[in-house]
Amino acid sequence: MTTLTLSKALNAGLRKALENDPKVLIMGEDVGKLGGVFRVTDGLQKDFGEARVIDTPLAESGIVGTAIGLALRGYRPVCEIQFDGFVYPAADQIISQLAKMRYRSRGHVSLPIVIRIPFGGGIGAVEHHSESPEVIFAHTAGLRVVACADAADAFAMIQQSISSDDPVIFFEPKRRYWDKGEVDTVAGVTGALPFDQAKTVLDGTDVTLLTYGPTVRTGLESALAARQAGRSIEVLDLRSLSPLDVDTICASVRKTGRCVVVHEAPVYAGLGAEIAARVTEQCFYHLEAPVLRVGGFATPYPPSRLEDHYLPDLDRILDAVDRTFGY
Amino acid sequence: MTVESGAATTAAQPTPEMPDQAGEFIQLLTPEGERIDHPDYPLDLSAADIRAMYRDLVLVRRIDTEAISLQRQGELGIWASLLGQEAAQIGSARGLEPTDMVFPTYREHGVAWCRGIDPVRLLELYRGVSHGGWDPEEHKFHLYTIVIGSQTLHATGYAMGIQRDGADEAVIAYFGDGATSQGDVNEAFVFASVFNAPIVFFCQNNQWAISAPLERQSRVPLYQRARGFGFPGVRVDGNDVLACYAVTKKAMQAAREGQGPTLIEAYTYRMGAHTTTDDPTRYRLASELEMWKLRDPIERVRAYLVRTGLAEPDFFAEVEAEAKQLGARVREACRTMPDPPPLAIFDNVYAEPTSILRAEREQYAAYLDSFASEENEEASSR
Repeated sequence: MTTLTLSKALNAGLRKALENDPKVLIMGEDVGKLGGVFRVTDGLQKDFGEARVIDTPLAESGIVGTAIGLALRGYRPVCEIQFDGFVYPAADQIISQLAKMRYRSRGHVSLPIVIRIPFGGGIGAVEHHSESPEVIFAHTAGLRVVACADAADAFAMIQQSISSDDPVIFFEPKRRYWDKGEVDTVAGVTGALPFDQAKTVLDGTDVTLLTYGPTVRTGLESALAARQAGRSIEVLDLRSLSPLDVDTICASVRKTGRCVVVHEAPVYAGLGAEIAARVTEQCFYHLEAPVLRVGGFATPYPPSRLEDHYLPDLDRILDAVDRTFGY
Repeated sequence: MTVESGAATTAAQPTPEMPDQAGEFIQLLTPEGERIDHPDYPLDLSAADIRAMYRDLVLVRRIDTEAISLQRQGELGIWASLLGQEAAQIGSARGLEPTDMVFPTYREHGVAWCRGIDPVRLLELYRGVSHGGWDPEEHKFHLYTIVIGSQTLHATGYAMGIQRDGADEAVIAYFGDGATSQGDVNEAFVFASVFNAPIVFFCQNNQWAISAPLERQSRVPLYQRARGFGFPGVRVDGNDVLACYAVTKKAMQAAREGQGPTLIEAYTYRMGAHTTTDDPTRYRLASELEMWKLRDPIERVRAYLVRTGLAEPDFFAEVEAEAKQLGARVREACRTMPDPPPLAIFDNVYAEPTSILRAEREQYAAYLDSFASEENEEASSR
């Protein structure tokens, strides 16, 4: 076991993938010499060369579009989109091209492409650097959408995503890049939890708290605080946002009878809405309260001096937990 | 948005300039069927090769005519006609090596023909039976792309892959004059240029992007755009199958030899509607069409073959008979094409169906089965 930050764990996972498969490529803006603006690809171009770690022109649609061509040629590109708010120029290539190619070709074509996106707020950034666009991609059939929340998962899930024959949108919680965790970099990913499954990060009996990415840590902190008040919160890290691991979610809700979904993305038409609908359908007779959601408002992401009000924090989460006991 | 009268947009030229007046136009066969030599484009084709190209031209026009009729009869939802662009497509496609990769738009029926795609597969798409569905690698012909210009980036990436493989291959990306305004096409030019990718950008300038004339896309001749991106551009008579062949062959060879991309502007004309849903009489003059009919891409080859005695009258009769046969086969295959089974909706979304998809498929299958069992009950109660 090695103690690594989440960004270093991603770097180690990418390095493993480059070592294990000569078809793996990394491409994006500033990913080579600079090592990425968050240093996730630090040192990889030096060790694997400019043909495999490609500093691209500054054009997101171009990055994803050429990655599709490289994948058609048998490569496994890992694209970096520098910030969440910069992915939209690539929307046609991701939504209309990448996601649908297997379907359009009746299974003749696989596009094993990973698109890494640092997402979420809380770093005091300017506009377009703090967004959570995951539901746009979760709504798009043909894409897998995952989010890692800790260093060990970052290391394993990036490799699992690269090995997947489906396109994967890989969300990285940017304000947790510097969080440290224990990572077994020697062991492969064979024993790791499959990347389309949710995991229970804290057992509990009274409420199920479902979250992913940066708010997993917030959820855990909320659960520890609630414990002092005598409430036992079970925290699930969803990890896979599409497909959702509905079985694991519903097993927990049937046990606790209460469910709160937390994400930074706007609550309106967010992933929490899909979860609430499915939990209601499948756990109706087990529910003690409606499924409640905590997340961003139906506004654009605010200026950073206001982001603490926008982002779900411990108090807003505990407020929702309390409300589930009011029915 | 409202536009004040008088403040309307800058005046567009009413009719496209004829390229031979504008110069810089590679032509090896005049509209009258006369061969002219060009020092940079010596022709390496035998009489048999030219007869084969004539056959291609006639057969793809027949496929097109049949498809339009099938759409009128309700057998196809829509059809995008290639009428007038046969030479640009057959000439360029015959200038490729079998190992070269093609990225088409949705109008490249002539190129598809040259890559061995059965025309019935094209009709599947326009009938609504599939989204394409052929194996791109088997034919070295990618799926039709409908979003304008998106495929140029795929083509560029594929060419970057060829570079990494060190293969003696190149890529050709087809697109139209309208597509040159798209961001993706411009990004493809940038990527191909800075990475010196082995790719040829083949723009069929058919003068119209549905109702928008060329003047709405560009103030400069399209082939001149290439210079700004740092690679050569060349304009060819797109209705001259021999010139399209020679220019494409040379550009592909340059790409294979590591000289990077070329932009070819094939100057042609969309003689039909944009698709069968379109009505070009609303936006262009009949006289324009009449002018282009005199430049027909097939007639000039026929005139050349007749004048030079490179083909006997029997040859033309054989090609005509073959075209009739092909038309009949396409018609019959289209009319008898079955719909896919309903549960095929759920196939090939992911490498393996996800839990969400499996559940939806099971639920819908059970729903469909419920009708079957109702029918059985009704039948048994009678």
